[in-house]
Parts: sequence; structure tokens; C-alpha cells
Amino acid sequence: MARVIVDVMPKPEILDPQGKAVHGALPRLGFTAVTDVRQGKRFELEVAVADEATLAEVHQLAGTLLSNPVIEDYAVRVEETA
Amino acid sequence: MRIGVVTFPGSLDDTDAQRAVRIAGGEAVPLWHGDHDLKGVDAVILPGGFSYGDYLRCGAIARFAPVMTEVVAAAQGGMPVLGICNGFQILCESHLLPGALIRNDHRTFICRDQTLTIENASTAWTSDYTVGQQITVPLKNGEGGFVADAATLDRLEGEGQVVARYVDVNPNGSLRDIAGITNERGNVVGLMPHPEHAVEDLTGPGTDGLAFFTSAVRALVAR
Repeated sequence: MARVIVDVMPKPEILDPQGKAVHGALPRLGFTAVTDVRQGKRFELEVAVADEATLAEVHQLAGTLLSNPVIEDYAVRVEETA
Repeated sequence: MRIGVVTFPGSLDDTDAQRAVRIAGGEAVPLWHGDHDLKGVDAVILPGGFSYGDYLRCGAIARFAPVMTEVVAAAQGGMPVLGICNGFQILCESHLLPGALIRNDHRTFICRDQTLTIENASTAWTSDYTVGQQITVPLKNGEGGFVADAATLDRLEGEGQVVARYVDVNPNGSLRDIAGITNERGNVVGLMPHPEHAVEDLTGPGTDGLAFFTSAVRALVAR
């Protein structure tokens, strides 16, 4: 078994109101070191084998369903599990 | 003239859209998200609401509903398709319209009577308006900020594909105050405000929204 991680983030030029809300809350909690926050999504996909064909399929679904290429970027990586 | 209204799990405004079609003189045909069947309708409306709970992204899962295969094919063939609010989000996710809708810049849900300027009165859904006409219809959304890259925005403006713009107040951070757009052919229109809630004096801020529906009925009769 293997786990494939897909990270989806709003493109840098796209406004991220959720990240801004989180950032705005930090000073109220006394955290002052953080200068910006952007919020994305992480998907954990369980697959039998993380071979080339499976990863090609993951890239395809990441670019169609998991992310909207107009406003988001995605990254795929494999996390080996026992 | 038979105008189909698709109901997805989580659609809210499907019955209001059907009602608007009937008041405009058309026959409203309920369509179901799980069917591969448009029941021979002449046009389709994707109504407002929260299809599939807005999970993942607004409209992202609805885009892959069985009925959308037929809607996309029909739209590409020239059938008039109107997406209102969540329907607009679905049209963008389906790539029938460019751009995308993101969370309101002020991060709160907004519900207000919104004034718009009609900028394109030659689409299948706006021919009963005149260019420059100001209308007031309800607006209610949490993720209504229209975004696209600068080149796309320039093209939309240059080709006259901006159908309506917000007046006085930009309620959700939409770039260039864009409230609604159309495709190049003018048969597919999407907008965040709700014309179907402004078709009767009793239940809306007026009847300014009715012409979206009479436009389609008239266009279909003329065809």
C-alpha cells in the first residue's frame, strides 16, 4: 500500500480570504512572528501501488476534480506506508 | 417553449427558477442531476443553492453530475444555458465560462438588493434589456468574488462578454465589478445575483429580473 499526497494551494495572485482571517487572528493570540498566511487543502489518497500509471491518473484527477487550475496549483508526492 | 431547471442535491432556488420561467410564459421542466436526459428542453437553467454542500469547491462536484454531460454538450451546440449563483459557479467549473468564483473578500455572507448595469443586451438571456439599463435584484452569496487573470478580463471586456456589472457597491470583491458574463457565442450566461427572485412585486424588490426569462422565451419562439 502507498499513500499519495495531493496539496492544493490558491495561486499566489489569487486573494485568499480564509488565510487572511487566520492571519488576522494571530496577533490577538500574541503571535507576532507570522507575516502572512495562506490556506490550502491536503488530500491523502490510498493506492495499492504508487507506480507510474497510478501517478499519471492521480495527476489527472488532481488537475480536474481536486483543484481548479484557474485559481489553484497542486503538487503530488508519494508517502510510503508499511 | 420548454426550459429545463436542474435540481442537484443542495439546490435551493430551483422552484423559484421554475416559477420565473412560468411567469415569463414558458413551460418549466424539472431536470434531475442523476439523469442523462434533458427531456427535449429548448434551454436549461442551473439554479442557485449549495450543490453537494459546496464540498471541495462550489460547483466542483456538480460539474461531474450525469446531467452535466448533456448540459455541456447542448451548450456547446448553442442551446441557451443560464447559471445563477451556484449555477454560475458550476458553469465556471465546467469551463463553459472563463474565470472562477472565490470567497467574498470581506469574508461574510452577503444578502442585499443589488443594483446592476446591463452591459450586453444581445445574449439569449438579456435581449429584453437595453445596454446601460440599471436593474435591482437580490444578491446572496458567500463565495461570489469573480476572478480571472488580467488577459481573460481584458478579453471579456474587449469582446463585450461582460453581461452585468455591480453599481455603487462591489458586494463581494469581484474583479472589475463583474456580476455576470457570457461565452463568445452569447448562449451561455452566468451571474451571481438572482433575477429569479425579482419577478413579482409581492416577493421581491420588483420585477427587474423577469426579462432574463422573457428574453429566452422570446429567443426560442423566434428560432
